[in-house]
Amino acid sequence: MNIPLKSFLWSTVAVSLVLLSSPGCNKPSGGGDGAGGEPIKVGQFASLTGKEATFGISSDEGTILAIEEINAAGGVLGRQLKLLTEDTQSKAGEPATVVNKLIARDGVVAILGEVASSRSLEAAPICQQSKVPMVSPSSTNPKVTQVGDYIFRVCYTDKFQGDVIANFVSKSLKAKKAAIFTDVKSDYSKGLAKYIKDKFLTNGGTIVAELDFNGGDKDFKAQLTAIKAANPDAVFVPGYYTDAALICVQAKQLGLTAPFVGGDGWESEKLTEIGKDAVENQYFSTHYHPDVGSELSKKFVENYKKRWNGKTPDALAACGYDSVLVLADAIKRAGSTDGQKIRDALAATKDLQAVTGKITIDENRDANKAAVILQVKDGKYKYLETVEP
Amino acid sequence: MNSGAKRWLLAAIAVAVLISAFSAHFNRYYLGIAIDVGINIILAVSLNLINGHTGQFSLGHAGFMAVGGYSAAKLTLTLQSLVPPWAQPLLFIAALLVGGAMAAVAGLAVGVPTLRLRGDYLAIVTLGFGEIIRVIFQTSETFGAATGLTGIPRWTSFGWAWSGAALCVFVITSLVNSTYGRGFLAVHDDEVAAGASGINPVRYKVTAFVIGAFFAGIAGGIYAHHKSFLSPTGFDFMKSIDIVVMVILGGMGRTVGVIIAAVLLTVLPEFLRGFADYRMILYSLLIVILMLARPQGLFTFGNTNRNAKA
Amino acid sequence: MTEFLQQLINGLALGAIYALIALGYTMVYGVLRFINFAHGDVFMLGAFAGYFLSPLVNRVLPAQSYAGGIIVLVLAMAICAALGMLIEILAYRPLRNRPKLTVLITAIGVSLFIEYTCQHRAVFGAAPRNFPDLIPANNWHLGGVVLSSNQVIVFVTTLLLLAALRFIVQRTKVGTAMRAVAFNEQAAALMGVNINSIISFTFGLGSALAAAGGILFAMNYASIDPLMGVQTGLKAFVAAVFGGIGNLPGAALGGVIMGVVETFAGGIPGLSNYRDGIAFAILIGVLIFRPAGLLGKVQTEKV
Repeated sequence: MNIPLKSFLWSTVAVSLVLLSSPGCNKPSGGGDGAGGEPIKVGQFASLTGKEATFGISSDEGTILAIEEINAAGGVLGRQLKLLTEDTQSKAGEPATVVNKLIARDGVVAILGEVASSRSLEAAPICQQSKVPMVSPSSTNPKVTQVGDYIFRVCYTDKFQGDVIANFVSKSLKAKKAAIFTDVKSDYSKGLAKYIKDKFLTNGGTIVAELDFNGGDKDFKAQLTAIKAANPDAVFVPGYYTDAALICVQAKQLGLTAPFVGGDGWESEKLTEIGKDAVENQYFSTHYHPDVGSELSKKFVENYKKRWNGKTPDALAACGYDSVLVLADAIKRAGSTDGQKIRDALAATKDLQAVTGKITIDENRDANKAAVILQVKDGKYKYLETVEP
Repeated sequence: MNSGAKRWLLAAIAVAVLISAFSAHFNRYYLGIAIDVGINIILAVSLNLINGHTGQFSLGHAGFMAVGGYSAAKLTLTLQSLVPPWAQPLLFIAALLVGGAMAAVAGLAVGVPTLRLRGDYLAIVTLGFGEIIRVIFQTSETFGAATGLTGIPRWTSFGWAWSGAALCVFVITSLVNSTYGRGFLAVHDDEVAAGASGINPVRYKVTAFVIGAFFAGIAGGIYAHHKSFLSPTGFDFMKSIDIVVMVILGGMGRTVGVIIAAVLLTVLPEFLRGFADYRMILYSLLIVILMLARPQGLFTFGNTNRNAKA
Repeated sequence: MTEFLQQLINGLALGAIYALIALGYTMVYGVLRFINFAHGDVFMLGAFAGYFLSPLVNRVLPAQSYAGGIIVLVLAMAICAALGMLIEILAYRPLRNRPKLTVLITAIGVSLFIEYTCQHRAVFGAAPRNFPDLIPANNWHLGGVVLSSNQVIVFVTTLLLLAALRFIVQRTKVGTAMRAVAFNEQAAALMGVNINSIISFTFGLGSALAAAGGILFAMNYASIDPLMGVQTGLKAFVAAVFGGIGNLPGAALGGVIMGVVETFAGGIPGLSNYRDGIAFAILIGVLIFRPAGLLGKVQTEKV
């Protein structure tokens, strides 16, 4: 008599019974055609706790604001939007589980998420297979939308942004030698770094130092000392503001005076709050700036501050907001909550006025948008130039 | 060897495969959870061999899982286009075995240097190995680095996961209950006495690591083909802790308890999803309370004394 | 050469902070024979205590003064000492006679509990905050090397605290009692030592040091968030083991070596992404040759 195996067998039977009794719906049910009044269920998966909580929460706040505003204005197709959010805890393995739950158990018509490309990549095949459209607010790795024709994004890809940054540094800053400082833990950072490097080299520049750090680290002096010794004209830091601010502070302490250049991950009020005078005169690329932004973006900033206790929205919040705008617009144009119709409507999005610019979805299901280059001046962002795709 | 045990094993596998045949009718979410349970059973039972039966304190089990998962996935990704559809299950088995073997090698690499270490030192070193393995996968471009490996074919089904679990339980309990296996428990109880009685503690400790790692590797392979995606952050210290908690809650060394604990700890977070905000806070509080209230594990009934019984 | 010196200074400053945290780990281990996983989170709480205390102190004293800084430091240390003792009473004391593993898991649970609670919107929230300047910061350029005043403060404060600790442990009654309990708990109890108070005191002392580490860390790397204790705590913990757990000078030495090696490794292109892994690799290397750590005594087992 083998107790463990017996108990194992009973566990198997028990689990199977639970499975057999579970509702067998594998299709979204939160739609229904024009079942008047019934809310449209939209799923969101984001990292609300864990290492990348600060980004997930930003994106979530932008998303919630958009949903609330749309509902206040009457909803979509006469129905209210109901947002179902699941926390991925910044952990791999969770997106698959939560997206399965949202689709199979909660029956959402579409999925919003995620910020991190790696987690988007995990969930995308599931959405594709279930024919549920997925809209990522800020995953920039090109591979995400390549998973299938149900996967979209409302931001530009790393390739585009990498080119923008590299060109700016080569042409406007006229730098010949550069150093790259990459967050080796973030696929966003690594992807962006790769494209920056490729373009910079194509422009005739040389990379004099390539160093890495782990996102979340606080001490960068070791690597910065090595970068300083290589004497670059400019330093690329394609990472997040949480690290960029400290990096600039420590660089200044060490007497490293070359300009630092980053991507949209820099954009947050925390950058100037933590970086203070060390981030003065540094540059970064992002999606929009109030000076060239539309009425919509100005209103967005105002409403965000009102809704979230005076916090200024960062790029991730703006993208979260836009992901809802794009989805809601698509549902409206599709005239139904059928997955296929929403997908087609999403693919046909053209010149939609959003917070981060005019969004047109191209044939790769990426957003064809311009980027802007900003410089930090007097603790605020000064608009320098726009780069069209 | 208990032939009764073999019958239970075959019965378990048969049931698993039968259920699996109806997969399409099940809610995908619940099915996914059930497969997760199967994988966690393998992880917990394999760690139990090292921590529970042999009394070694290993905090790096996720590292072995990573080695197995990545190896299996890499093999599948490289060879899947060369293999005709009917042979895919064979490729899957081969990939799992390769993953297990690579993990076993890792287990050897960890087991041998740690021979002289006791208790807390062993814990740190295994933790260190786990971290080193994670850092290696995070930096290695062959394995996708920070982006991870995507597009792994979704070959894991309920049948595979639970048959794997049944096999793991079978092998480990048979091993521990055998005459050879008494050695593990002897080393656990008193290493010096065991050595004095003619049992080579070194051999047993290393064997425990190797076998434990092997199954963790298999679990990793099954996991890879379930989530279809591998990322180094999924195999960090926290993952190792998750598995350790299962073993502790189940009562170290009691396979039955460990299995139940694995089921519970996989399913419980799903119930807590309703309290999204407080979920992890509750989970950690639960761990503390359980340790305060019932530290011998939730599922140790009857005698907890040395009966050298699995 | 300047690069080498610069890295050395960076490494020593980082190492000093690791040393402070490592001391806490090692003291608790010496007395209780268990590793307090929640220690790294006390470090984080110390930094946050400083964050909230600073504006309060600034209402009384002028901002960015030495007096203000010292008061914030002392207050934060006191708060964390109290917190450490509270954790001990609630979570560890009931498990005094249980196997070490049980307490370890409880410690892990406490650590996770603190981290996730602090990440919650209602508490600190997950976003990093800017730690205020407690003291005016200067950078001195000597040759090609840059020395920041904050780094000097780290050195000075750490040395002072180490000296104070040594004094307490070697010269006071309490310290002697601590050493007695670490040596043999039963004999100490028979000699009239109140085990419970000594253990509480040890926790309080260790937590105070961690808080000091937290404030010094936040002064040098001005961004604080609820998870800041995880990696730093882990490395300090490794340093403590590496120096010989239970051994005070070993912990200090381990911390400094860890900081220096990590910094040098971090500055080498190609190795910098392995920075975390290097720390552990060193640890494993040392433990293989000296299983009790650098300064630890091999415990001969009595059969």
